[in-house]
Amino acid sequence: MKFNKPILATMALGLSAGAVGADGHMASDMTLVSWGGAYQQSQISAYADPYVANNPGVTVTWDESSAEAVAKLRAMNEAGSITWDVVDVVAADALRLCDEGLALEIDADEVLAAAPDGTSASDDFGDLLVGDCFIPQIVYSTTFGYRTDMVPDGVDAPSNICDVFDLETYPGMRALEKRPINNVEWALLCDGVAKEDVYDVLATEEGQEQALAKLDTIRDSVIWWSAGADTPQLLADGEIFMGSTYNGRLFAAIEEQGQPIGMMWDAQVFDLDGWIIPEGLSDERLARALDFVKFATDTQRLADQAKYISYGPARVSSAPLVGKHATLGIDMAPHMPTDPNNAANTFLYNYEFWADYRDDIDAKFQAWLAQ
Amino acid sequence: MSDTTGSGPMLAADGTPLKESLGRALRRQKIRALALIAPLLLFVLLTFVIPIVSMLVRSVENQIVSDTLPGTIAALSEWDSTQGNAPSEDVFQNLFFDMFNAAEAKEHTKLGTRLNYENTGLASLFRTSGRSMDDIGEVFQDAIEDTDARFDDGAFWYEMMSGAGGDTLVADRRARWATLTGDSMSGDIGFTPSQEIAALLPMTATAYTDFAIWTAIEDDDVVAEEDPWEAVYVALAVDLRDPSRAAAIAGYNGAGADALQTLTATEMPDLTFADAFADLDEDWVSPDVWETVQVYSPSYTSGYFLNSVDRELTIDGVEARPQNEQLYIKLFGRTLWMSLIITSSCILLGYPVAWLLANLPVRTANVLMILVLLPFWTSLLVRTSAWKVLLQQQGVINELLVWLGFVDDANRLILMNNSTGTIIAMTHILLPFMILPLYSVMKTIPPTYLRAAKSLGATNWTAFWRVYFPQSVPGIGAGSILVFILAIGYYITPEIVGGTDGVFISNRIAYHISRSLNWGLAAALGTILLVLVLALYWVYDQIVGIDNVKLGG
Repeated sequence: MKFNKPILATMALGLSAGAVGADGHMASDMTLVSWGGAYQQSQISAYADPYVANNPGVTVTWDESSAEAVAKLRAMNEAGSITWDVVDVVAADALRLCDEGLALEIDADEVLAAAPDGTSASDDFGDLLVGDCFIPQIVYSTTFGYRTDMVPDGVDAPSNICDVFDLETYPGMRALEKRPINNVEWALLCDGVAKEDVYDVLATEEGQEQALAKLDTIRDSVIWWSAGADTPQLLADGEIFMGSTYNGRLFAAIEEQGQPIGMMWDAQVFDLDGWIIPEGLSDERLARALDFVKFATDTQRLADQAKYISYGPARVSSAPLVGKHATLGIDMAPHMPTDPNNAANTFLYNYEFWADYRDDIDAKFQAWLAQ
Repeated sequence: MSDTTGSGPMLAADGTPLKESLGRALRRQKIRALALIAPLLLFVLLTFVIPIVSMLVRSVENQIVSDTLPGTIAALSEWDSTQGNAPSEDVFQNLFFDMFNAAEAKEHTKLGTRLNYENTGLASLFRTSGRSMDDIGEVFQDAIEDTDARFDDGAFWYEMMSGAGGDTLVADRRARWATLTGDSMSGDIGFTPSQEIAALLPMTATAYTDFAIWTAIEDDDVVAEEDPWEAVYVALAVDLRDPSRAAAIAGYNGAGADALQTLTATEMPDLTFADAFADLDEDWVSPDVWETVQVYSPSYTSGYFLNSVDRELTIDGVEARPQNEQLYIKLFGRTLWMSLIITSSCILLGYPVAWLLANLPVRTANVLMILVLLPFWTSLLVRTSAWKVLLQQQGVINELLVWLGFVDDANRLILMNNSTGTIIAMTHILLPFMILPLYSVMKTIPPTYLRAAKSLGATNWTAFWRVYFPQSVPGIGAGSILVFILAIGYYITPEIVGGTDGVFISNRIAYHISRSLNWGLAAALGTILLVLVLALYWVYDQIVGIDNVKLGG
């Protein structure tokens, strides 16, 4: 499939009439890139299907490569052939793509739709417009789930992030992501560092050592995951007592599969996911990509996505429109990471900090893991 | 002699000399043979040789620093890092113009990312500073426009700057942009600087030409209609700082002469570039940052290779990385050691199976063969996931052991997320690569040899060890090379079942390719792995002899 695309593109150029849509200046096919699974399904239902219904004749192809999007876009750029039109990435990757000149810079007010009440897109998205290229879509969080049936007798269910580090009260295995991001913040928080000082401390050699030393106290009880699906699976198998993962994965395990899992929202880390448009598209393809993105990130569409998955819409104006789950019929608002009951104590992924320190702290983290 | 004629060389049937005719036939044969292997040759070249060469090049390539900051690097060569001071004003002045162009072309963040691998914090330093170049420029722009409002007008600038004779300057700057952006930057720009103004105001002419090329080619605008960007004003102010220029300008009578003469009489802001950069970020005056820039300024660097062996390049030469960052040597060692264990367990498990396959009656052997091949045909990911189900603590094996009473429920075996998991799963996955070459070699050993040995009085063991085993060694050799080399590069299985102490160097290579985007380091690690494999192959050839390897009959 992949090898065919450049050939198809060349053919399309030869028969350029076929590549241009009915309105004469937009490409009639478009490749969207996302993460696969339930998340991509929610995007198909909320964005792509309605878009195609409005624009008959447009063909949408999906590619499930978001996890390697940065590397693949760089390779495509070096090869001089961009085969993707709109790419779903986390904000940190969008920042990186922007730095590398691989993503198109976006003027939010020019490109994105205003809210129904006339609020400009830049005000509606607010602080979530991270960097110059990122078009926010959802707020998700990395948080903990635990087996309700494995909570020791006579002890309350875990409700504090530091319960993760408390092996005496809550014995059992934990699952943590195999990277420093989030884990070192939680470790410092539970080692007596005030929330507002966390990144100042982490910027120092001693602070990094302090965080790893705290993680060292639970090291033998940790299984390190690298795919978001690992933790729900480990919880379902009873391999671990508690583990971190994306809140939507836990929602699916609890509400859709009925697993005996509880949510622990304390110190959840908010992160953003959204679209970028690759740099270097032809005018027709760019016009189509911009048209799609404008449609897919308007107030109603973002609210619609929450019918299928428990991630919060990135627009302020979408929040009141969040309704019930499309098949389960339950109210979605209490399952959103942004719900006031869940968001009592939260972190926001610190993009600037991690753009600088990611490689350095990761090297130390991996060396620590390998000890 | 009867086969030569007296009149000359021997002729073929068509009358051409036989030697020539034979040569032609031979050549035709060679060409035909070459045409037959051409698809394979091309394929190997495209998919094997070119990627490997490009990987080798990438592991030392480092042009990005000198391509992005050429003036700065040239000026920085004067700087003595041992003094502990920030570099001179000249370096910062060059840095401004380099950074201004790089920020226009959005190349400065790439350089920041590159240098951040070596010195944490440089990514944001370059990103945020790039945005502020305009601010520095506006200080000068405002002062110049306040003195004479005509400088606010793009057409006025164009008239003042254009003329004849500045073609070499345009060609130079075009080449400069091409190096920076990687585009050809060809095309008509509709502007030629005048020779006279280029001699009078060299910096300004350069900056304006930069602006003209970018405007015409990248922005597709008409140079004469656009207001010059801030760097042009800065360049003009810098040119005017030179007191010797005043006399020359006084004698100048080309376009805009009076405006320039007014400017020479006015005080320009006395902002130094060093102060301007220090205001943006204190790190710009930190010798530490400049040491990194200087160390990584050559076009080719050994830095990636040094990082791959837990060393680093510093201003004082090669040093060991801090203890808490050392990782790669350990991973290389672990990869080799575990691959050896996996290879030996494949030999131990595969040898009896291959023997059975070769010696059972055909019907039974075929069934057994299918059992060997069936997992071989199953997806690698499926087999690895299946091992996860078997090996985990609540998994099939542990459940069975607990049920049988061999293992206490509270102390279930930890078979996964460690090196045991990797060894078990990879031994299973690579087993067919051992069994198949062994089988094809054993198939050719006549059973009569064993019978002969026994009839001559050998025990079963002696007959096997002295007669059968030596004949099967080429199979072991072939199987071991296959298994070992495959194991060394494995990455999916260790990632899934390896936990922390069961991962290989290839997992870090994958991380640097797809996550950290440090392709240079990934290439260096890959190159070292390749060299290790070749070295081991050579050692193997010395000890066992490569002629002694058989993949079949």
